[in-house]
Amino acid sequence: MSEYILEMDNITKEFPGVIALKDVTFKVQKGEIHALVGENGAGKSTLMNVLSGIHPYGSYSGNIIFKGMECKFRSIRESEEAGIAIIHQELALSPYMTIAENIFIGNERAKHGIINWDETNTRAEELMKRVGIREKRSALIKDIGVGKQQLVEIAKALSKNCELLILDEPTAALNDDDSDHLLELLKTLNKEHGLTCILISHKIHEVLKIADNITVLRDGQTIETIPNNAEVSESRIIKGMVGREMTDRFPKHVSHAGDIGFEVVDWVVHDPLDEERVVIDHVSLNVRKGEIVGLAGLMGAGRTELAMSIFGRAYGRKISGKLIKDGKEIVLHNVSQAIDNGIAYVTEDRKTAGLILIQDIKQNITLANLKGITRGVVVNNDEELLVGKQYREKLSIKSSSVFQKAGNLSGGNQQKVVLSKWIFANPDVLILDEPTRGIDVGAKYEIYKIILQLAEEGKCVIMISSELPEILGITDRLYIMNEGRIVGEMQTSEATQVDIMSTIIQSSAEGNRGNKK
Amino acid sequence: MNKVREYFSRNLRQYAMLIALIVIMIFFGFITQGKLIWPRNVSMLVRQNSYVLILATGMLFCILTGGNVDLSVGSLVALVSAMSGLMGTTLGLPAWLAMIISLLTGFLAGLWQGFWIAYVKVPPFITTLSGMLIFRGIDNVILQGQTLPLPDLYVTVGSGSLPDIAPNSVPDFLGISNLLNLQNKVEFLNVTTLVVGLAMSVIYVVYLFVSRKSKLARGYEVPTFGSVVGKAAVFFIVINLFSYWLAMDEGIPNLLVIVAALFAIYTFIAQKTIIGRHVYAVGGNLKAAELSGVNTKKIMFLVYTNMGILAAIAGIVTAGRLNAASPNVGANFELDAIGACFIGGASAYGGIGTIWGAMVGGLIMGIMNNGMSIIGLDVFLQSIAKGLVVLFAVAFDMYSKSKSRVK
Repeated sequence: MSEYILEMDNITKEFPGVIALKDVTFKVQKGEIHALVGENGAGKSTLMNVLSGIHPYGSYSGNIIFKGMECKFRSIRESEEAGIAIIHQELALSPYMTIAENIFIGNERAKHGIINWDETNTRAEELMKRVGIREKRSALIKDIGVGKQQLVEIAKALSKNCELLILDEPTAALNDDDSDHLLELLKTLNKEHGLTCILISHKIHEVLKIADNITVLRDGQTIETIPNNAEVSESRIIKGMVGREMTDRFPKHVSHAGDIGFEVVDWVVHDPLDEERVVIDHVSLNVRKGEIVGLAGLMGAGRTELAMSIFGRAYGRKISGKLIKDGKEIVLHNVSQAIDNGIAYVTEDRKTAGLILIQDIKQNITLANLKGITRGVVVNNDEELLVGKQYREKLSIKSSSVFQKAGNLSGGNQQKVVLSKWIFANPDVLILDEPTRGIDVGAKYEIYKIILQLAEEGKCVIMISSELPEILGITDRLYIMNEGRIVGEMQTSEATQVDIMSTIIQSSAEGNRGNKK
Repeated sequence: MNKVREYFSRNLRQYAMLIALIVIMIFFGFITQGKLIWPRNVSMLVRQNSYVLILATGMLFCILTGGNVDLSVGSLVALVSAMSGLMGTTLGLPAWLAMIISLLTGFLAGLWQGFWIAYVKVPPFITTLSGMLIFRGIDNVILQGQTLPLPDLYVTVGSGSLPDIAPNSVPDFLGISNLLNLQNKVEFLNVTTLVVGLAMSVIYVVYLFVSRKSKLARGYEVPTFGSVVGKAAVFFIVINLFSYWLAMDEGIPNLLVIVAALFAIYTFIAQKTIIGRHVYAVGGNLKAAELSGVNTKKIMFLVYTNMGILAAIAGIVTAGRLNAASPNVGANFELDAIGACFIGGASAYGGIGTIWGAMVGGLIMGIMNNGMSIIGLDVFLQSIAKGLVVLFAVAFDMYSKSKSRVK
């Protein structure tokens, strides 16, 4: 048994209204690759943010011991000085600077504030060689692929002489070749230089490929740490990830599904930045009136892109395929046509894309349907006030009045405002994208009730969610999406979390084999 | 009582504006020994600052879309006045036709900038910086450094007043002119002004009560009867006092009619039309607005086209007041308009601001201008004072916002 390089003991971290980490213990041995797995929201990123000082000492409870010393990091800078580097999912690179410049950002090779370009360039060449970037050091970050950008991040971490490297979903945005290359690199760095790594990943097959030990987090708690040996299978890990008990976290409902109300046929969407890349690959699905259909999948499976491309081409280029509503084909060129045709899309990120935070509740509610309170050309502000009050009551939006700014509401109440907006637009088809993300349990229950109510009124509801229990808890039927394709369809009553996860993982594996051919 | 407090806290910024205006007025009234509020000076205040008020109306919409500004309006004012000189004097076209062509010039300039901003996505700052150079250039090409006189109609618009329907019939019955210690004694009042003032105030008071009644009938929320009576009384007195003031001088300046009409129209657009609401939405959160069905490109296009039209009106007015099309007119007008909007509470990030606020902001700048001129303060010191006022107004905004966020 080798010594521990890192011990995190009894870490508890609370956010207003939510306990993100509860008494988490996490230990990493020197020189190993340790995988950290768990569902979205299980607390993996929070744990790493605690470790790297993004959540400073004092904002959590518990001890962190790194290389035998207790650590009280107050900022990333402090954790970096101690030898811990973290590479986030969103890369922290400056797109218009060169590879060499990026490697030494914040860590410039300089004397008295004057940069030593010779040293910068020589060191950069060395590091690039070590991580296997075959590009000119003067190439701009924006011109090299995401895979290489990831490698630049690793080079950047190595330049700081880090001993513990944390990678948060490093392969999420990479294609298979780039992923393989990255994993190989990690293994090499680990073997040859003794670099200790913590790998956060959803892709269990990758974890099994390179990790020495695997720790499973669920609901902010450590479930288990298991050594990765021949006996460990994907399903064993998945069980750990999703094996929570399901009590009545969901309101009861009976399906009243009627005729097919909305259909997507052979839908193909290309990346708006790279027209060659297919983001949505021949997707077909349908929703009955009064039915709640789930779209399960991992982050990055293409569900949001699918929803937004349907919603008046708010995303994507070179879109082909048909949308059929009530048996008739509809063609939507922009969002306002989509709304006029009775389609609503509740965005994933309510703060940046769902609400106008500086406007009050009533103004947010009427935004998508101002025509509904307009007579002739005159917007009737009194009518707006009535509408606002009505929805505030109906959806029990907790607020001082309808004049309260949306920015001052809690997550759950903000989401109710967004839902009110779309209910007021009176759609027939509602696409809800992660409607309960970042919302505490109690408010979630209320949101579920609203969703069920909408279905009971005969609306077609499509619900995108990364939380499997939620999908299983309130949908009638579900589609499983992975890598831009529909890879499975199930009646919710017959589906289990393990079924869904296996379907996703199998389809990834098949996809990989397919690509290799 | 709670309701009253809620109403005030909701509209705190606007009342703060008004109070600031009154304080500044009293301050300058005091240090100019009352000269600032002489009827002639009040009338001058309106005339001299009408261009700021007109430009600020359009500028507010630009700022609302996300803190964007239009730097070209000063040059456009110059171009429009040059166009007026070219059409009305050099080519000898009828004055009304020259005005229409001038308006059209502003409209086209607005379309031009709107196109680049909305559909090519050139940032407004850069588009209008370019416009500032281009329009000033065309202005100079047309005028060749000369100053052209203008047809009489321009002068009437810029400097004239509404004709008196019954001259020398109503004496200064309140005797205010004596109180004010005026240089020229006022014998008779301008009757048109009194009549218009009375009519406007009566219409407004009736509107207040009728709308309250009809709202009640339809079950909307209404202010208390007492507060409506209070509001009606205050407005009745203020409007009539103001018209009495103007009646002691030449009466209602034609410019005031133009400014008042624009104020009414654009307040209506901002508050009561879908386009207006969409402008606020775009500035509040572009992405959310887009995903709620707002055609954001169209909004940007309309806002900048509209700015062109208003700049043309300001151009005609300015040319008329100066009775000439001169090549360097309009310098720094854009900055006055932008300053007025920010003093008036517009957010530098967009989404927040009112026409009313921009007008009050413009008046504050105007009163400072006139007040400082009357006491003979150095022009450069005036500029420093104005600069500081803009800075402090926005700083106050930021401070009060950070306070409310903590709460």
